Amino acid sequence: MTITLNHFSAATVFALFASIVFGITHRENTRDMVRYGAYCFVMFLGGALLAGWVMWLLRR
Amino acid sequence: MANSTTEKTKVAPAEPVSMMAVVAPAIGWLIPGAGHLIQRRWIRGGLLFVSVVTMFLLGLAMQGRLYKANGGDILDMLGFIGDLGAGGLYIVSMAMDWGQGAIQFATADYGTKFMIVAGLLNFISVADAYHIAIGKKR
Repeated sequence: MTITLNHFSAATVFALFASIVFGITHRENTRDMVRYGAYCFVMFLGGALLAGWVMWLLRR
Repeated sequence: MANSTTEKTKVAPAEPVSMMAVVAPAIGWLIPGAGHLIQRRWIRGGLLFVSVVTMFLLGLAMQGRLYKANGGDILDMLGFIGDLGAGGLYIVSMAMDWGQGAIQFATADYGTKFMIVAGLLNFISVADAYHIAIGKKR
């Protein structure tokens, strides 16, 4: 079986699973885990989007 | 006159290493999330298992490449260390000769990175299982 993901979907999957692990391992209680996981997810995906737009601007 | 440099530093007595502090990281490395599961952290262990295993399998399905033990390029060595973190997944994949085929499309490089990151995330979860075992984390 072969799966082909485009850059954005690959970044989203990466951000989702990395954020879950970061949230669980970097915080003590459930509430903080969820909050930190969500924060990491937004930062991962936001960072990727921002970097994409910066590269688009540099190319102009 | 008291001199702080000559005062003896108080050393806390070393606590005996419990069996769980050895078993949890070892089994957690072999099977992602298992280090948490044997300590009855069911949800955390399940989520770690799903996250690491899914990332690794997605990497394989994207035709990513698995690094073998090597003494050459530093990036290849680091790739091997990252892959090795996946534990049993890496061992089984190498035994089945998965992740060794010729790359057929450009996005397969994402798959290689997915497998490395899965291994690195498993290293973090192993450390977390150890911290739970020694009582540093609940």
